[in-house]
Amino acid sequence: MRWKVTRRDALKVTGAAVAAAALPAAAQAQVPAARPGQMEAAIRKIVGEAPIRPGKVTLDLPPLVENGNVVPMTVTVDSPMTKDSFVKAIHVVNEKNPQPNVISVQLGARAGKAEIATRIRLATTQKLTAIAEMSDGSCWSDTQEVVVTLAACLEDLP
Amino acid sequence: MSRALINVPKKAKRGQVLEIKTLISHTMESGFRHGTNGKDIPRDIITSFSCRYNGEEIFATQLFPAIAANPFITFHTVATESGTLAFRWIGDNGFDVTEEAKIVVE
Repeated sequence: MRWKVTRRDALKVTGAAVAAAALPAAAQAQVPAARPGQMEAAIRKIVGEAPIRPGKVTLDLPPLVENGNVVPMTVTVDSPMTKDSFVKAIHVVNEKNPQPNVISVQLGARAGKAEIATRIRLATTQKLTAIAEMSDGSCWSDTQEVVVTLAACLEDLP
Repeated sequence: MSRALINVPKKAKRGQVLEIKTLISHTMESGFRHGTNGKDIPRDIITSFSCRYNGEEIFATQLFPAIAANPFITFHTVATESGTLAFRWIGDNGFDVTEEAKIVVE
């Protein structure tokens, strides 16, 4: 069935967009400010001084997020996942949430496929980085920028 | 109490890569929000989740407040033998839920 766009629908969408645009400025003051450089610090805390090269990791996020409370995220790492070469861990860190960590996952050769998916929260428009630690000790990463129109932590409270 | 949903194939071929989907109902209160009285709402989240395949840990994760409410986690594992997959969620305020799924591997 084809979806017909009526004038009423069009007005609804426009209204929602205007409301979303007006919200962040008023509401962002409530969200604890992220410290500049928190992402870099968090990455160093997780992997130490190991060099991190871009590649092998694919961080899949929608480029434009309407609702920061529920953002689907998939991380895939290019690895054969055998006993000799597998992904040990996957970490995701953010730039501007109140806390830099998003998720840390420990995998093993038994995973068969280095892919995880979950749903995350984003406080504002920002960058996210996924880091994969391989069994040989090397670290790989991927960074994505996400635009958030309605931030997390702003819904009405009971 | 918390309701957990798990999606694991009932039957699998040996060596097949299985996709496992888990969902548990939980507010994942971040600890960064304020109530209407201006007071902080204390943090109440699930902090870790793990999966054991016949007793051996095959997947573990640490969750942070940046995980959305009702954590949904998808991961993979190789079907090695028939048995039980045991899932466990641990969180703040003594939250501890376990769930099991049986699998037959041919």
